Amino acid sequence: MKGIGALPLADWINAGVDWLSKFTGFFNSITAFFQAIIDAIQWVFDLLPEWLFIIVILALTYWVKKDQKKLGFMIFEVLGLLLIWNLGYWRDMTQTLTLVLSSSLIAIIIGIPLGIWMAKSNKAEVVIKPILDFMQTLPAFVYLIPAVAFFGIGMVPGVLASVIFAMPPTVRMTSLGIRQVPEGLIEAADSFGSTSWQKLIGLQLPMAKTTIMSGVNQTMMLGLSMVVIASMIGALGLGTQVYFAVGRNDAGAGFAAGIAVVIVAIILDRITQSFNQTYR
Amino acid sequence: MTEKVKVKHLTKIFGKQISQAKELLKQGKNKEEILAQTGCTVGVSDANFSINEGEIFVVMGLSGSGKSTLIRMINRLINSTDGDVEVDGQSVMDLDKEGLRKLRQDKFGMVFQNFALFPHLTVLQNAEYGLALKKVDQETQEKKAKDALNLVGLNGYDQQYPDQLSGGMQQRVGLARAIANDAEILLMDEAFSALDPLYRKEMQDLLLQIQEKMHKTVIFIGHDLNEALKLGDRIMIMRDGVVQQIGDPEDILTHPANDYVERFIEGVDRTQVLTASSVMAKAQVVNIAKAGPRVALRRMRENDISSIYVVDNENRFVGFADAHDVSDLIKKNSKDLRSVLNTDVPKTHADTPINDLINDISKTPIPYIVVDDDDHLLGIILRGTVLAAISGEEVSA
Ligand SMILES: Nc1ncnc2c1ncn2[C@@H]1O[C@H](COP(=O)(O)OP(=O)(O)O)[C@@H](O)[C@H]1O
Ligand SMILES: [Mg+2]
Repeated sequence: MKGIGALPLADWINAGVDWLSKFTGFFNSITAFFQAIIDAIQWVFDLLPEWLFIIVILALTYWVKKDQKKLGFMIFEVLGLLLIWNLGYWRDMTQTLTLVLSSSLIAIIIGIPLGIWMAKSNKAEVVIKPILDFMQTLPAFVYLIPAVAFFGIGMVPGVLASVIFAMPPTVRMTSLGIRQVPEGLIEAADSFGSTSWQKLIGLQLPMAKTTIMSGVNQTMMLGLSMVVIASMIGALGLGTQVYFAVGRNDAGAGFAAGIAVVIVAIILDRITQSFNQTYR
Repeated sequence: MTEKVKVKHLTKIFGKQISQAKELLKQGKNKEEILAQTGCTVGVSDANFSINEGEIFVVMGLSGSGKSTLIRMINRLINSTDGDVEVDGQSVMDLDKEGLRKLRQDKFGMVFQNFALFPHLTVLQNAEYGLALKKVDQETQEKKAKDALNLVGLNGYDQQYPDQLSGGMQQRVGLARAIANDAEILLMDEAFSALDPLYRKEMQDLLLQIQEKMHKTVIFIGHDLNEALKLGDRIMIMRDGVVQQIGDPEDILTHPANDYVERFIEGVDRTQVLTASSVMAKAQVVNIAKAGPRVALRRMRENDISSIYVVDNENRFVGFADAHDVSDLIKKNSKDLRSVLNTDVPKTHADTPINDLINDISKTPIPYIVVDDDDHLLGIILRGTVLAAISGEEVSA
C-alpha cells in the first residue's frame, strides 16, 4: 500500500465542502427556517413559568398514558423537574428540550415521507438503506465540521447535526411498519377499489402507527444523546454545562448537569413510549 | 338468464419463463410437467365458463387447484397471462387503472377466508369501508352499513372492534362489508372454510337467506363438497388449474364427467342434493280407463308384486290397489276397480330433496308416489333405492 500513497479522500471532501459553500443563499434560507422553529419552541418555553411547565408536563403524561399506570411516574416528574429548577439548570433544560424537539420535529417531517417512499419502492429502499446506515454509524463529531462550515456556530448547526444523526430510526421504522401491514389487508383494500393514497392514509399509516412511534421515540433519544456534542459548536443547553464542567475539571457540576440530562431523557422516553401502545 | 360474468380462455402462469410455459401448455402438457421443465407454476389453465346473474356459482377443488387465482383474475387482483374476463360485457383486461378501480368499487364485494377485517376500524367503519372509498356522504354510509349489519344479524356491535368478536361474527362483518357496498357480484374465497362447523352451517344458512332477498351474483369458492351442494346453483370442479366439470349439483352427483370427479364426490352427503325424482323407481301402473280387475291382477302376477298404481288416461294418479282386494273383486264378479282403490297414499313432488323425506320414507309402509306439478305420476320411492342413492351407487330408474 505504501507505493500508492494515501488516497486524497480528505482533500476531495474538502473540495466538495468548499464547492457547496458557494450556495450561501440556499444555506441561509435553511438556517432561517431552522432558526424560526427553534425560536418558536424556545419562545413557548420562556413564556411558561416553571410551575406551569410542570403542570403541563403532568397533564400531558396523564393524557397520553390514559389507563396505564402513571402515578409513580408523575411523582418522579415533579421531583425531577423541581431538582433541575433547584440546581439552577432550568433555562439550560428548556434549551436542551428545544434542541431535541426541533431536531426531532424536522427529522419526523423529513423522515416519515422518506420511510413511506422506502416502503413503497424497492428501488428506493436499496438506495436509502445504506445511506441510513452511513448516517447512523459515522461518528457524530464528523457532522459538526461541515455543519459549522455551512451554518456557522450556534443552535442551527447543532440541530442540523442532530437531525442527521437521529433521523434514521424514524425512516426505518416507518418503512418497516408499512411493510408489515398484512398482505391480506392490502388485498382487501384493493378489492374494494381504493387508491394508493386511500390505502396509505386509511390503512397503512394507522396500522404502522405504533412502529412509527417507536422510531420517533428512538429519534428523540438519539437527539438527546447529541446535546453534549452539539454544545461544542455553540448549541446552548445542559450539554454546555457538562462541556464546561469537563473543561474546568469540575466533576460535581458535570454530574449535576448529567443527572439533569438523564431526568429529561426519562421523561421524554416514557411520554413518547406511551404513544405506541395500540393502533386504535 | 343474463350472463353476468364471462370467463374466456383464462390462463395464469406464475414464474419467469412464461412464454415457454405457455407453449408447453398449448402442447397439452400438464401442470407437473410444465413445472419440471420451466419452473413455472400453472395456476389456471384455459378456463371457460359463464356465470348467470343471480346465481350462486361454486368453484370446488383441492388446495392448489387454482381457485383463488381464478377468482382474483375476475376482479384483476391478479393479472391473467392469457384470456379475458367480461363483467356485464365489459372486458376487465381492457380497463386502465382508474377504470379498474371504478369497476371494483361499483360491482364487486369480496369476502376472504381469513376475514381481512381492518383491525383499527370499528365494525361499523369496516362495513362502511367500500362506501367511504366511493366518497358517499356520511349519512348514507352509515345507513347502508347499518342495514347490512342488521341483515347479517350484527346489530348492536357497531362500536366494537373486530378482535372483540368471535370468528363467525367477524365473517359476518366481512359479509356486511361486501353487501353494504351495493356489490352486484360477491366474490367469496373460502369465506367459511376457517369457521367451526357450527358457525359454518349458520353462515351457509345466512348466505342463502340473504340471497333469497338480494339475488346477488355469488362466486363462492370452497373445498367442502357438502357446502357446495348446499349452496351452489351450479358447481365447477377444478384440478391442477383445469376445469373438470360444470353442472348443477344433481348433475355432478348423478353424471360425474370423469374418474376424478367421481372420486371427488365419493362419500358426500347426498341427501340435501338428490331429489325425489333422482331416486324414484318406475311404478307399475294400469290405466283405469282401459283396464279392469283382471288386467290389474295379471299385471301384478307378471311382475311379482302385491299392489299396483292406478292412473287415468293422462297418467294422473287415481289410486292404489292391493292384490288381495282385487282378487276379492274378481270373485264378486265386479268390474269396477274404483271401489277397492286406496287413495290415501303419501305423495311428494319430484323436486323435493330427499333430505326432507328421509325420515318419513323409513316410517310409511306404503311407498311414496312422486308427481309433477300437474299431478302426473312419475314414479315411486322405494326404501332400497334411496339408501343406494345416498351411498352413491348407480340408480337404475
Ligand atoms: N404468487 C404466486 N406465485 C407462484 N405460484 C403461485 C402464486 N399464487 C399461487 N401459486 C400457485 O398456483 C397454484 C394455484 O394456487 P391457488 O389459486 O392459491 O389455489 P387454491 O386457491 O385452489 O388453493 C398453486 O400451485 C400455487 O402454488
Ligand atoms: Mg385458495
